[in-house]
Amino acid sequence: MCLGVPGLVVEVDELSALVDFWGVRRRVRLDLADEPVAVGDYVLNHVGFVIRRIPAEDVQTTLSMYEELVKTNTGRGPVDLMAADVLAEIQAGGTGGAGGAGEGQP
Amino acid sequence: MTPLEFRDPLRAKALSATLARVVSEIGRSPVAVMHVCGSHEQAIARFGLRSAFPRGLDVIMGPGCPVCVTDQPEIDEAVALARQGVRVTTYGDMLRVPGTAGSLADAQAAGARLDVVYSVAQAVELARETDEEVVFFASVFETTAVATAAVIVAGVPANFSVLSAHKYIPPVMEIVAEMPGTRVDGFLAAGHAATITGWRVFEPFVARHHLPVVVAGFEPLDILAALVKLTEMIRDGIAEVVNLFPRCVTPDGNRRALDLLWQVFQPIGGRWRGIAHVPNGNLRLRDEWASVDARRRFAIDVASLWNGAPSTLVRQCICGNIMSGIASPHDCALFGNACVPDAQVGACMVSSEGTCRIWHEYGGIPELGEPSCRFCQ
Repeated sequence: MCLGVPGLVVEVDELSALVDFWGVRRRVRLDLADEPVAVGDYVLNHVGFVIRRIPAEDVQTTLSMYEELVKTNTGRGPVDLMAADVLAEIQAGGTGGAGGAGEGQP
Repeated sequence: MTPLEFRDPLRAKALSATLARVVSEIGRSPVAVMHVCGSHEQAIARFGLRSAFPRGLDVIMGPGCPVCVTDQPEIDEAVALARQGVRVTTYGDMLRVPGTAGSLADAQAAGARLDVVYSVAQAVELARETDEEVVFFASVFETTAVATAAVIVAGVPANFSVLSAHKYIPPVMEIVAEMPGTRVDGFLAAGHAATITGWRVFEPFVARHHLPVVVAGFEPLDILAALVKLTEMIRDGIAEVVNLFPRCVTPDGNRRALDLLWQVFQPIGGRWRGIAHVPNGNLRLRDEWASVDARRRFAIDVASLWNGAPSTLVRQCICGNIMSGIASPHDCALFGNACVPDAQVGACMVSSEGTCRIWHEYGGIPELGEPSCRFCQ
């Protein structure tokens, strides 16, 4: 109920947009959108309303922040060998899949 | 964007190891942090994150389930309206929440007209298609209240009105922080609510209580990273607001949505079920919108529902203590016995976002770390 769900905008008219949530398409209202929304944007939907247009560059920022946290912490206090090992693996391009895509719950 | 980027098991392991070390550096046990969001609890339970938390860290679910904190008199108002023959629409989770004398589902079984909607916009559409009075029983926090505000400002048909049980999160954090016996060292704030309010809304709270707040998203990595940041601040004695959900949360939030919210609603004091009276915790329609306020349009006869004391089972329910972080579902004699998803006693078992329901469904703290192979021991 209180779940925001990100989706890809596939169609826009004046008041609403058609948004694809992992294959489920739903028309959502744009009354609350903080910025103009265009086809190809990712938006956060909540109870049938867009509450945020997600800038594409922000996704990468968030991921970088995680890696920064791990890095900062490996240099502090007792050396965390596991974190260092894992970080090296990430940098070597090892990206395991968690299996199962998002369930597209509206 | 693919959600899998935020579920990468390698990154999760690294963050989990870091979290264990930071918690051990705090040097006391347990360290307790509280989140105030059903979506956080769902992610924690569904992905088995509690098994990745160090033993010295308690991650408590506070009053973050909107259905659970809706007070009985509010449910009673909706039930009374439905029994009076008014067509009531609401979100699906509200249907089975017990009021003083039964739930909306009970009223429906007794013949009341009730429509479950996914969005308040559907309730407005329904009103346009009929001449009957249609009331939208509006629950949940500011994230959802902005949608109610949007349809009201956009214009609703004359036969549509709103019974508001909307609640506003920031004031209840103050209550939990001030509660006698509270043992909360810091808060995780919900990314979606903060998408609307912005993260600066927590600054006065942090200054008053000297407790750190981290705004977190809902993927496993979001939550682990936020816990690392939060425990670091606890270790270092720092009380600040840190935003770890920048892909959605800005300092000042969604101005357009906030303008609509405060144009339509005003915060007033009121009870949250099982918690306390929360100053400014309830959102009610402003006088300018009296014409769409169901409380002013109808004479709602709740007193007729109040004959008879609550059942013995209800009196044993400890939902309030669970939502305040003082107890966990396992402390409740009813949990898993008299109170199960098919036959709920308390609101925490009703909602898919309630602590008891989530723990019943996924288990609270799965024991995944113990080796079970006898050759390895």
